[in-house]
Amino acid sequence: MNSFYIAERTGKKILKTANSLGESALMIKSVFFWLFKSKIEVVEMTRQAVKIGIDSLSVTALTSFFTGMVLSLQSGNTSKNIFNEPLYIGSIVAFSMVKELGPVLTSIVVSGRAGAVVTAEIGTMKVTEQIDALYTLGTNPTRYLLIPRYAAFMLSLPILTLFADFIGIIGGFIVSTVKLQIPASVYWDDIFSYMKVHDFTHGFLKTFVFAFMIATVSCYKGLSTKGGAEGVGKATTEAVVISMVLVLVIDYFVSALLVMMGI
Amino acid sequence: MIIVENLSKKFPGKQVLKNVSCKIEDGDIFSVIGPSGIGKSTFIKCMIRLLKPDSGRIEVDGANIADIEDEFELAKARRSFGYLFQEGALFDSLTVMENVSFGLKYLTDIPAFKHSAVVSEKLALVGLNNVENLKPAELSVGMKKRVALARAVATGPKYVLYDEPTTGLDPVTGEMVTELILDMKKKTGVTSVVVTHDVKLALRISTRVAMLYDGEFTAVEPPEKFQRLMNPEIREFIEISSRQR
Ligand SMILES: Nc1ncnc2c1ncn2[C@@H]1O[C@H](COP(=O)(O)OP(=O)(O)O)[C@@H](O)[C@H]1O
Ligand SMILES: [Mg+2]
Repeated sequence: MNSFYIAERTGKKILKTANSLGESALMIKSVFFWLFKSKIEVVEMTRQAVKIGIDSLSVTALTSFFTGMVLSLQSGNTSKNIFNEPLYIGSIVAFSMVKELGPVLTSIVVSGRAGAVVTAEIGTMKVTEQIDALYTLGTNPTRYLLIPRYAAFMLSLPILTLFADFIGIIGGFIVSTVKLQIPASVYWDDIFSYMKVHDFTHGFLKTFVFAFMIATVSCYKGLSTKGGAEGVGKATTEAVVISMVLVLVIDYFVSALLVMMGI
Repeated sequence: MIIVENLSKKFPGKQVLKNVSCKIEDGDIFSVIGPSGIGKSTFIKCMIRLLKPDSGRIEVDGANIADIEDEFELAKARRSFGYLFQEGALFDSLTVMENVSFGLKYLTDIPAFKHSAVVSEKLALVGLNNVENLKPAELSVGMKKRVALARAVATGPKYVLYDEPTTGLDPVTGEMVTELILDMKKKTGVTSVVVTHDVKLALRISTRVAMLYDGEFTAVEPPEKFQRLMNPEIREFIEISSRQR
């Protein structure tokens, strides 16, 4: 292993990434092009949105429920150690869920569940020439597959996030009343007196960015699948890993931007 | 009539088609033979413009479709063709009915309520009935091929392209598909282009046979004459193929 070898590999990797970015950009361009040029496949879109929602619902619920519980437990105990009583537990749980953990955790769950399904499905269609078949039958993958899936992600992810926020806050509530012995009214009053609409908007707006990103990664990885069933597995794993990492990376930058804009 | 002139297509690091020319008359069954990986699928994918050739002409009934870039023009150009994919490429998530009627929705003005009648008619053409509500996973390999052919001809294309129609099939199913190609021509008068490494198939059904070798057609002849050609690459291919049986 010499340094030339390492340099060559790094160079190839960078070129490949740049190439993928370029191709994804073209794919996005084609999505916008066909969005205005063709009838939206409403049936297919609804089917996809429902599938994404149902696929991810139970895992989202479980994840956010326990996250809400542990937030409540940890902040309650810390607060007890410092102030001798649990303070602001409701707002700590609610702010964390609504601004960060709801959108981020839901996006991660959706990347792993629905995103993987989309990549596997489109990837299988690619390696079995079903994508080519779409062209020979008068349509194309952008119209028939991508637009409905983009729309479905943009529709389901925000709704799932709202659901996750709510379940997380309920989880926090259960721990705060049962374990920390905080009166129910204190928990809720705390939330409603400190939460502002823009705190909610902050988290909610981010979900659209995540949804767009997950749709792009999972569709692109599906369409660029090569090499049979093995290739489909590889593409799916890559799509999930990339989406999950990008959720966290993009989260920082979008949050910073929204904060700058006062949202 | 299709006239192909000096067609070339390169993939990264590989010149697959160099200089392919041929003339396919209406009513022909034109076969292209050659070993795997030589560029047969690439050739018909260029014809239906699933791939863009690097240079050359593909004249379909007088119009050159090799250079078209515009998506709508491309879609229009593809209408002349039906394509039977090697493994059928049926849409897994759709029923036979939805698969066969798929093109009707995008390529014809036939109203939706008439689709099921068209589908039954096309399925009958390939010898199937009562399969409309099955999913591809529930069909045998042979049935998949038939449904895929029904889908390819559903919109009444003038040309049908067959990619390895008998590859991977048992002899009985292969024979059935062979009959189907001949039958399809007899019943609908389509012009067929068959690419295959199955020499026996090509010699049996074709009006003319071409051999793709090193990016070019080395010979384009009627089967009787093709069999007797002395080009070494053709002799070798025919001999190796007959030894494998
Ligand atoms: N999309 C592609 N990208 C790169 N190489 C390809 C692509 N499609 C085909 N090839 C290569 O071109 C050659 C010809 O392929 P193909 O036309 O499928 O051969 P055949 O159908 O005769 O078996 C093969 O070596 C194949 O690896
Ligand atoms: Mg092939």
